[in-house]
This record gives sequence, structure tokens and C-alpha cells, in this order.
Amino acid sequence: MSILGEIQTTPLHKMHVDSGAKMVPFAGYEMPVSYPLGIKKEHSHTRQSAGLFDVSHMGQIKLSGEESMRALESIVPVDIIDLPLMRTRYALFTNENGGVMDDLMVTNLGDNSLFLVVNAACKDADFQHLKNHLGSKCEVDLFEDLALLALQGPKASKVLSALAPSINEMTFMTAKRLVIGDIDCFITRSGYTGEDGFEISLPSKDAQKLASLLLSSEDVEWVGLGARDSLRLEAGLSLYGHELDDDHSPVESSLNWALSKARRSGGEREGNYLGDNVVLSHLENGTEEKVFGLMPEGKMPVRDGAMIEDENGNQVGKVTSGGFGPTLNKPISIARLKTKYTKGESKLFALVREKRIAVEVVKLPFVKHNYYRG
Amino acid sequence: MSIKYSEDHEWVESKGDDLVVIGITDFAQEQLGDLVYVELPEVGDECVRGENISVIESVKAASDLIAPVSGSITEVNSRLEDEPEIVTEDSMGEGWFIKVKLSNPEELDDLMDEEAYNSFIED
Repeated sequence: MSILGEIQTTPLHKMHVDSGAKMVPFAGYEMPVSYPLGIKKEHSHTRQSAGLFDVSHMGQIKLSGEESMRALESIVPVDIIDLPLMRTRYALFTNENGGVMDDLMVTNLGDNSLFLVVNAACKDADFQHLKNHLGSKCEVDLFEDLALLALQGPKASKVLSALAPSINEMTFMTAKRLVIGDIDCFITRSGYTGEDGFEISLPSKDAQKLASLLLSSEDVEWVGLGARDSLRLEAGLSLYGHELDDDHSPVESSLNWALSKARRSGGEREGNYLGDNVVLSHLENGTEEKVFGLMPEGKMPVRDGAMIEDENGNQVGKVTSGGFGPTLNKPISIARLKTKYTKGESKLFALVREKRIAVEVVKLPFVKHNYYRG
Repeated sequence: MSIKYSEDHEWVESKGDDLVVIGITDFAQEQLGDLVYVELPEVGDECVRGENISVIESVKAASDLIAPVSGSITEVNSRLEDEPEIVTEDSMGEGWFIKVKLSNPEELDDLMDEEAYNSFIED
């Protein structure tokens, strides 16, 4: 648990500082926002080669015990019971009103154990939430001594397979335990950039050693939180506090794809999670608002919080994330909009500093996903 | 030639006849990171010391350019609209923002010289 007000560091902090990283406070940690390469180049390096991210600030949680899978299903609208061994699935913690408390990755470790990765900013709240709802049904452990590295980009598999050839057997959203050198690693083929890549969980004490090994490849550069955000924005991936929040259901955040069939109306284990009545009714009846991509005209970025209106000044929605997409060399945004204005019949505008910027509604992602599905 | 500096990390170079060129310092440019957009005022606009005259957008965020002096804008560097990276490459030269005819030249006395600015950014 974090001690209130005390800034924490990851096991790789010294390496970041030594690499000349610009460190900023983020979710209670001092984290690298960029390295001397700069956000734009770190971004394109990840799209063209391989970027290494320290995401050790994220929460790594283990659920264990016979009831763990069934128990987790009581707080996520996702099929966990039928999650195959060493497979990873995207999930969401919903609240009583069907809003989203956080998103997470869940991996079935076997032996009735699940491995969860949650957002840094939410990890204490998520841990409490799990304890409150699942504590009597299974063990809930927050790992304090694990680091998490993400290696992302088209050359990630080449780099990692030079150290661990068996990763070539993995496809997107699968997991494997293996030893690199003498380091025990737990690897999932997943990430937050839209690229092929891996997230590697390992003992904190070994983090520097593995990071150095990966960085010794000329294909790998450190990439900071700045480019992590522009990469996920181009990939159209949701971020808690932006596209996802406590007041909007997964349907209102255009995450229907994450809602498993087995947990929907008529499914084998329909509903029976927090806020199920709201989520199921949103699935059934649709919602007034959903999340869309926006392409602003011109070069001015349209950022988080900008209001969207039509030509008659009707309120259409609000930008949830926005900035500059280095791959497209254009500003891009994600917004929650009233669906009736998104059919292409209404001209839409973003309000930025009292100026009206024409925006076009587009399908997400902005940059095609490049996952390895075998 | 005399260049002065503001606490908001702008440089102000006097060109004589109460005419100055204004840009952002190398320190500011480094803090901002990669620039993606610069919103410039228009020629003829009045600028008032302490008020926003331009917005600088980096990959990370939007930052205001605060007028270090008052006067009327006689020229803007419109190259920045298409090539904001010039600021990153040459913030003290080609990456200038605006030229201003001072309405109150005494305001220059409130700015820092290079030595004072360098010790200001060290703190």
C-alpha cells in the first residue's frame, strides 16, 4: 500500500535518471515521461522497432483458491470461468450503477489462480474492492516485490526470442512462465500500444538486469509515459479517468466487445455482477452516448475536456482524450458523443479557446492494430 | 544588441526604435518537449504585459506564451504554423515568435539579463 503523500519509485528509477529521463509524479510514483530521444521519436521507435516501458507502478494482484474464478465473475461482466489456462483476457470492474471503476488484464495461471494487472492510479482502491467483495471467497494478494516491463513494437518478438526462443510459440493474449538468464519471468503477449509485444512480470531485484539485457539490443529504446499515451491514443485504447469512468457503463464507452456472451442476457451465466441491470439494459436498448474517434481539421490539437457541438450550437459531447498522433502527423481525439449526431449528417465542431475547430467522426483505432495472432 | 529574459522563459531582443523580437528560451523549449502546434496572434494585435499572446502545443500539453512587455505586434513568425519544430531546433534564432513595437519601453528594465536568468533557472 502506498503511504499517503509519499512519492514512490520503481526498481528501475535509477536507470531512468541515469538515462537522462525527465521524471514526473504520476499516480504516486516518480515516473519517466520522456527520455532524451523525445516523445515523438520514442513513439515512432515503438511503431517501427521496439520500445521498452517501465510499468512497474501498475498493480499486480493474485487471486487464489477454489472459488477465485467464480468470485471474480461477481464483479466483472466478463467470462472468467471459461478462460483457458495461460490465456489473458481484458476485463472491467463495474460498480453498483454499471459504471467502470477500472479496467484490467486477467490471466488464468491454473490451480485456481488468477493474475490481475490493474491501473497504477486505481490499485489501492481495486485491492480494497477485491478484498471487500472476494475476501471471504478466495485469497487476494497484492505483489509489492514485482516489477513490470513492457516491450512493444514490430521487433519486440525478435528481441525477446533471442533471449527466450520459446516466446515464438505465444500468440496475442497468451501467457508463459520462463527463465531468462537466471531470472524467473511471467510473460504475456499483450500491451497498450496497438503493436505486437510483451509484458514481463519479474522480481523487482532482477528488473535492472533484464532491462539492461533488453536495452543491449540496438532495436530497443526506453519509451516514457508521454509516448505511451500517444501510442494508446492512436490505437484507440481506453484510459481510466478519460474514456472510462464511474459514471458511464462499458456500453457508453463503446466497450461492448469486452462484454462476454456468457454474461449477457440469455448467456450461460447472465448478469450477476455489480451493476448488471444497468449494463444489460444498455446492451439491450442501446445508449444515448458512445465513444468515437475524432479527426480535427488543421493542426491544432483538441484535448481532453473540449466540448463538441453541431453547427446550430447543440451540445453533442466532450473530448475524453486528445492530442497529437505522431504516426499520422495530425491531431487526433477520442470523444464521448450523442450517437444521433454521429451519422455524418451533422457538421461537428470542437471548442478550443473560443475557436470552433471542424472535426470528423471516425472509427477507432486511428492506427491499425498489429497483434500477433499466429 | 541586448537580450533580456522573463520569468516565463521568454527572451526579448531589442532592435532599436523600441522594436523588440520575442521568443522562448532554450530552457523553455527543452521543458516543453516536441512542439506540434503554435497559435500566433495577428499583426496589429495589442499585447499587454502578463497576458496570453500565443499558445504553444507540445505532444504533452498546451502552454500559454505570456507577453513579457506591452506594445503592438508588428510581425509574427508564420513559419511556426507549419514547422513548429523550428522552435525546438533554434529557439533563440529562427524560432522567434513575434516582433513588438513597445508602448512602454521602461518595462524592459524589469526583465533579467542573461546572468540573472541563468541563475533563475538553476533554482
